[in-house]
Amino acid sequence: MTFWRDVFAWFTTSANWQGVDGIPRRLWEHVALSGSAVLIAVVLALPLALVLGHLGRGGFLAVNVTNVGRAVPSFAILVIAQQITRDIGTKPAMIALVALAIPPILTNTYVGMRAVDEELRESARGMGMTGRQVLTQVEAPLAAPVIMAGIRTAAVQVVATATLAALIAGGGLGRFIIDGFAQQDNVKAFGGAVLVALLAVVTELTLGFVQRRVTPGGRVEERPVVAEVGPAGGVAALPARAVQAVLPARP
Amino acid sequence: MQEALPCAATDAWLCLDWVGDHTDEIGAALRQHVELTVVAVVIGMLISAPLSLVAWRHKRAGAAILSVTGILYTIPSIALFGLLIPFSGLTFQTAEIALVGYTLLVIIRNVLAGLEGVPDDVRESARGMGLTPTQQLLRVEIPLALPTIFAGIRSATVTTIGLVTITSLITLGGLGNLILDGLRRDFRTPLVVGSVLSLALAVVADLLLVGLQRLLTPWARGAAAG
Repeated sequence: MTFWRDVFAWFTTSANWQGVDGIPRRLWEHVALSGSAVLIAVVLALPLALVLGHLGRGGFLAVNVTNVGRAVPSFAILVIAQQITRDIGTKPAMIALVALAIPPILTNTYVGMRAVDEELRESARGMGMTGRQVLTQVEAPLAAPVIMAGIRTAAVQVVATATLAALIAGGGLGRFIIDGFAQQDNVKAFGGAVLVALLAVVTELTLGFVQRRVTPGGRVEERPVVAEVGPAGGVAALPARAVQAVLPARP
Repeated sequence: MQEALPCAATDAWLCLDWVGDHTDEIGAALRQHVELTVVAVVIGMLISAPLSLVAWRHKRAGAAILSVTGILYTIPSIALFGLLIPFSGLTFQTAEIALVGYTLLVIIRNVLAGLEGVPDDVRESARGMGLTPTQQLLRVEIPLALPTIFAGIRSATVTTIGLVTITSLITLGGLGNLILDGLRRDFRTPLVVGSVLSLALAVVADLLLVGLQRLLTPWARGAAAG
């Protein structure tokens, strides 16, 4: 029982809510790091994948980048980024997180674009739309739920891995867990774990809500099938037809 | 020491002398990694099987099972280890509870997707031939769903191999130990060895599972595996 009382005390001690090692500051570091990493990954991956999906080119690459990405441990990517930059803290963490966020966004965007009905694409062209108009007014809106699923997967994975940034002297909520383990302070580690778990679940639910909002015209989403992406990441929802059309058997 | 191991003192990405001198340590890490993974995936399959059947037969229970395993899947592994401290400490059980937890969603989802993918006319023919629902499930539906189920097992295995690197943070060994060693000593060789072996292990495990799947589903040869 003492443990739970100590946990309660940890959460209610005002010192834990103040200063550079306080909960609000660590939470903000975690959210800022994760948010910027996902934003950078979207800026880098989304336009590329939209164009590739529109042209129907590079599918093998766009899909397999996630298969390979899933097999590379995020912990390894983080430490490799630290060694390449010869730096600690935010910079290597950011590089690692962006690298982790790109594959699910790339793959889902490509798959979502390819899943758009060929007849719709042809009607749009028949109505005199240019390629660019077809992309922005027909394909992208229809692919939006699948694209959003990719961003959600990436975000949940980034929030999870940002916890490990504490290992390379970064900030964020991972500090409580990593320091708790190191100092054998189980109360601190548990408190940090609660905060990280809550943040991950809130991220997942919030982006799931956004995903439903971008599903056009109340169209009922096809039952998502297969397509789980990434260690510690969320689940990308892909329409069955798209998966069958695009996912090649992995060698 | 440094004269015996000249490259260990540099920042080369791979110092073969160090690798040669530490084959025991590397072998032990690899063994622990395989052990943690196999235990997690096997227990995960054993738990997923009945849960999948319940979810398949009862839609409402299925929704609940998918929600709970989905939330479990969302919690970062390092946080899940921390959350389990008051119950099982930082032990082998803690690592396995977390790792098994992550396999559930992936496997159950794929079992359901596979069963749902069985064409209705096939199901009706089976019924027309006089098969009971159980026979239908065992002899028609599950075999036809196998490629999708295997895709889930492959995915769960590859994901688990990646996650096991993190168990080193609660001192349970595995290839993450080498990565952590590289980080702590600012020495790249163990980092590279640990990362590459983890990746290689994932690819080998995936290939083995693909091979097993081909053996079990000879009729599906040539069709997309997933």
